Amino acid sequence: MTQEKYDVVVVGGGPGGSMAAKFAAENGVRVLVLEKDREIGIPVRCGEAVGGAGLREFMEPKGAIISSPIDSFRLISPSGIAVHSSAEGAGYVLNRKVFDQELAILASNAGAKIQTRSYVTGLLFDGDYVCGVKYRFQNQEDREVRAKVVVAADGVEARVGRFAGFKTVTKMKDMETCYQVHLANIDVEDGVCDFLLSNKKAPGGYIWVFPKGNRQANVGIGISGKFSAEKSPKKYLDEYIAERFPNASEINSTLGGVPCDKTLSEISGNGIVLVGDTAHQVNPMTGGGIVNAMKAGRISGKIIATAIKEGNVSKKRLSEYDREWEKTVGKINERFYKIKEFTMKLTDVQLDKTAELLVEMPPEKRTLFNVFKTAVRYQPALIWEVTKIFFG
Amino acid sequence: MIGIKQEKCDYCGTCVGVCPVDCIELSDSFIQIVHKICIDCDLCIKICPIEVLYKVEKN
Ligand SMILES: Cc1cc2nc3c(=O)[nH]c(=O)nc-3n(C[C@H](O)[C@H](O)[C@H](O)COP(=O)(O)OP(=O)(O)OC[C@H]3O[C@@H](n4cnc5c(N)ncnc54)[C@H](O)[C@@H]3O)c2cc1C
Ligand code: SF4
Ligand code: SF4
Repeated sequence: MTQEKYDVVVVGGGPGGSMAAKFAAENGVRVLVLEKDREIGIPVRCGEAVGGAGLREFMEPKGAIISSPIDSFRLISPSGIAVHSSAEGAGYVLNRKVFDQELAILASNAGAKIQTRSYVTGLLFDGDYVCGVKYRFQNQEDREVRAKVVVAADGVEARVGRFAGFKTVTKMKDMETCYQVHLANIDVEDGVCDFLLSNKKAPGGYIWVFPKGNRQANVGIGISGKFSAEKSPKKYLDEYIAERFPNASEINSTLGGVPCDKTLSEISGNGIVLVGDTAHQVNPMTGGGIVNAMKAGRISGKIIATAIKEGNVSKKRLSEYDREWEKTVGKINERFYKIKEFTMKLTDVQLDKTAELLVEMPPEKRTLFNVFKTAVRYQPALIWEVTKIFFG
Repeated sequence: MIGIKQEKCDYCGTCVGVCPVDCIELSDSFIQIVHKICIDCDLCIKICPIEVLYKVEKN
């Protein structure tokens, strides 16, 4: 059996994996990225929307990675009341395939080696330390590669973390099960992203319309796993499209799951860290996970490189990543999680009434706090919970 | 027991993400359930976005 040796092996060539690889390699360690698919960036399982500020931390939003800039977001209530909020450079609809490939190129330019068609099937252990992975190369050859640190960035499947004993499994109510189609020949307003809330049309989630320019858009749905047994997201979306875009052409369809949860309580161990969806680092309210995975990759990549150079890859040393994550994004996600739980309790009538009040409010006053203060008027029993969100 | 409509699966991994006993094996073009480990909780059936999985009664 072929046996190779690296400082770091990253499992998964998505945004989390590529950024962990880039920042580790830039800080002077040897990195190998193993991706199971035959091409980085394919298949695309994504609505492709990102916030502008987050993206700009990593790259200039220009060129082929961008499908279309977004300058406003619209929250639409069950009966159709639209609440606008806008800001120039607020966000972008990406070309996710090109984007993921660009991130992998940044990682390789920093010195990381990327290898596709490499399906990781298990971990290697040295005592209670993870010290490498087993993988199947090009669907025919079993290989092993030793590493001082393994980065599990394997997305929603989250098996690699489980091999090391992390409880990465997502609870049904927190797993958003999603279906999306890329539609052409539709009337959509460019630059405006729509989020439709409705217990009837998208229980425990929302329908999104993200314009890609040229009368095209990603139209998708995510619903909570709590509700998907009765009716699949595909069925909900088919109904919505038949009603709203009867003449549309379908360019492609995609599906997937998003773990909309708080971050796992532990994201590092002896010789291993978890990055991105597998660590439940998605924004639990919106389901946006691209930029968060990149941030987690950046934080962990730097810490891993330093730890390796110091010769200490213990859980204790690597848990600097847990603390840094908690301080930067983790604690914000905990808040978003509470807000998600709160919103899921609102009825369609309450959502409509909230929207009615919000449209009367001048846009600059539509802060998160005001939105929830308004919502609470129609659900007084929840005041206590909201108080806890903001003060506890 | 869980049955799989193989030709319909899109290999998205959502079922793997909720399986409490990690008994679903998935690569980019292959899915299989390790029946020996499966506890028949049906969560995978409920979460699949396009209804690939179904219940098969054991005799
Ligand atoms: C329908 C849908 C719409 C979404 N829309 C948005 C959106 O608009 N905006 C947003 O910010 N986020 C969105 N998300 C979430 C976003 O796609 C994820 O949060 C993001 O991709 C997470 O990045 P990651 O690097 O953690 O994992 P991924 O991007 O999932 O990458 C994981 C990689 O690991 C590989 N892999 C898995 N197992 C193995 C293995 N055993 N061996 C080797 N390789 C392996 C996979 O092939 C994959 O390439 C959406 C998700 C879905 C499903
Ligand atoms: S959730 Fe459905 S489509 Fe996705 S991998 Fe599982 S069976 Fe296949
Ligand atoms: S029935 Fe439960 S245990 Fe069996 S494969 Fe599905 S999720 Fe896993």
